Amino acid sequence: MSGFKLALQNNKVLQLSLLAAFVLVSALSVYLTSRSVIAFILLLGSLLLLYYTSLSNGMKWAVAGLLLILVIPFATAGGPSHESYMEVATQCGIYVAMALGLNIVVGFAGLLDLGFVAFFAIGAYTYGIFATGQANNFIPGDLFPLSGDYFWVFIILGGIMAAIFGVLLGLPVLRVKGDYLAIVTLGFGEIVRIIFNNLEKPVNITNGAMGLSSISPPNLFGLQFTFPHQFYFIVLGILAVVIFGVRRFEHSRIGRSWKAVRENEIAAQSMGIPLIRTKLTAFAIGASFSGLMGVVFAAKQTFIDPSSFTLLESTTILVMVVLGGMGSVPGVILGAVLVTLLNLQVLAEFTGWLNQLSMQGIITLPNALSPVKMQRFIFGAILILIAIFRPHGLISARNRKIPLSQVKEGEAHEHPERSRTSQKVRRVNGS
Amino acid sequence: MLSSILSSLPQVLIDGLALGAIYAVVALGYTMVYGILELINFAHGEVFMTGAFVGTATLFIFDDAGFLSSAPGWIVYFLVILISMIITGLLGVLIERIAYRPLRRAPKLISLISAIGVSFVLQDLIRFIAELITGNYIVSGISLFRGTFELGTSSLSSTFNDSFVKNNTFIIIGVAILLMLALDLFVNRTKWGVAMRAVAQDRETASLMSINVNKVIVLTFFIGSALGGATGVLFAQQYGTIDPYIGYILGLKAFTAAVLGGIGNIRGAMFGGLAIGLLEMFASANLGLITHGNFGSEYKDVFAFAILILVLIFKPEGLFGRAVKEKV
Repeated sequence: MSGFKLALQNNKVLQLSLLAAFVLVSALSVYLTSRSVIAFILLLGSLLLLYYTSLSNGMKWAVAGLLLILVIPFATAGGPSHESYMEVATQCGIYVAMALGLNIVVGFAGLLDLGFVAFFAIGAYTYGIFATGQANNFIPGDLFPLSGDYFWVFIILGGIMAAIFGVLLGLPVLRVKGDYLAIVTLGFGEIVRIIFNNLEKPVNITNGAMGLSSISPPNLFGLQFTFPHQFYFIVLGILAVVIFGVRRFEHSRIGRSWKAVRENEIAAQSMGIPLIRTKLTAFAIGASFSGLMGVVFAAKQTFIDPSSFTLLESTTILVMVVLGGMGSVPGVILGAVLVTLLNLQVLAEFTGWLNQLSMQGIITLPNALSPVKMQRFIFGAILILIAIFRPHGLISARNRKIPLSQVKEGEAHEHPERSRTSQKVRRVNGS
Repeated sequence: MLSSILSSLPQVLIDGLALGAIYAVVALGYTMVYGILELINFAHGEVFMTGAFVGTATLFIFDDAGFLSSAPGWIVYFLVILISMIITGLLGVLIERIAYRPLRRAPKLISLISAIGVSFVLQDLIRFIAELITGNYIVSGISLFRGTFELGTSSLSSTFNDSFVKNNTFIIIGVAILLMLALDLFVNRTKWGVAMRAVAQDRETASLMSINVNKVIVLTFFIGSALGGATGVLFAQQYGTIDPYIGYILGLKAFTAAVLGGIGNIRGAMFGGLAIGLLEMFASANLGLITHGNFGSEYKDVFAFAILILVLIFKPEGLFGRAVKEKV
């Protein structure tokens, strides 16, 4: 057994063929069975296996792309529940992007944000208000609803709006840290929800608790996006950009500043890190990911109301980040997928199964105990257990190591810049 | 407009006072724990809610046993508060033992996350129990002192209307003052109170002075949670209907009160609670009037949070707190 393990660790071909066999089996079982949650989860699990292979990074991305673009859509296309699988996969994608956004704020910069869903709501309402007749109430000219062609612009706009609000939230809380920050963001999330819930007077902007309905679906050169399997590809595209962006940010100058601020604010500041700018960019970038997906969410549901943006949602996203591992990109992706599957599939299936059992009279189950209602309990328990036993999450974050030789080599290039900085310092001191 | 605001003022003041007293006592729980552990006990709002449910359940049990009709109301009230205080106090100790003590040396973010977890677990546990027993998680309890009392405030000045006071309002204000006085005496005059203040000032030095730090922390959690539980009973008596999610918003406002008064400062928390309660009642009564119906009383929660944010920006140490210098 240990010999096999060793062989597996060293042999890429063996790994790849095992992975291929796994994908083949799980894809076939998804394809052939009409509706099997387990097979679908196994198929998604192949992505996790892929992560643990010793392939090169580029290779991993290529295989992952292949799996996500070709294998998963085709494998699920077999049965009548194609759309419901795709719906789940789309939701997973939306939550992954949001969790990655929150990960920037909580994981990288160490600022606990408990009102994160507010940015999602801002993104969703940005599209919702203009893609329904709602905007006619405050903009004259009967221009609205905008057609689905504008969806693509609004993805960007939603991100920008959310980023602006991220900065607006960030500005007052800059002087606040740690626990206070958590409470203020909690209050902010609640304020945003209350405002969306009541902004029907004096001008009807959000249509209050009734919500916005019949939001125009996206439209690309005459092709209407209405089915989950179409949204799946939109989400996949955005997700690719988001993941690429997060990875670039993580190892950039700003990413390292975030981590420095997380470890010790005062020490980071005395090392010359601009505290305000660093924190605000974390808020803005994190929020913008959430805003992007808010637009997609609004277009996918074609109906939004304030009840989709409660504290429970914010906490769900926090659970994803904490479960996966704060600050760890692969971990957060894993956490987001796990929690979404738990929420949408496992709990629902389990409840259905229990209901069946009690219908047949095998067990009697009080309605209060039905697992679908136990979300809060499960999430709370996950938070406590992870905090006590595994504070770094399922896949803990690792800092990238740079070999010493490379550092020495780089020093020659660094020098001119360093002297420039010191000149600047001297100039500041002199004046 | 001004005259109608003025005419409702006595009613607003009395209702605000009752609400403020509730906020103040809940805020004490936040402030005590923060003073000692520098941790926001996110679950405190849920402890308050548990107190409300325990009180209501006890009343139901008394009612079934026929105790309610045979004993005088104030004895029942006293017993209910006492039972609720003991149970929530023990709950607070349990929470500390399970979710906070293992993390005392961990980074703050981690213990905060654990605290949020506790609050969610409690909400769902109470919902589950309530739903299992009564079939619905929104519970209407038995009110002990149902009568109202007309206060002739119009005789003071013709601008005021008469105001109506629930009998329970007097009890709330009385009990709250009693609890706060007792706590103030306890913290300032007894040996354990001295130990508590010592631990809040410097935990390690206190432990060198032969103070059992763990015991003091357990005691703090017990007292803070018991105060929360007692307020829960008062709240349930005043407003009649409770559900497992009342603790979260109320906890947030009580926390605002604690911050307003300077967190860690017991007398500050009392003042902050009263201020927030009065402001909220004023906003909920007059906001629609002032803005000509454009922004109704739905925005009263926004007010409380806006105060919180303003205080944190301009005077983060609160009205009565002292600013603390921070070192690396």
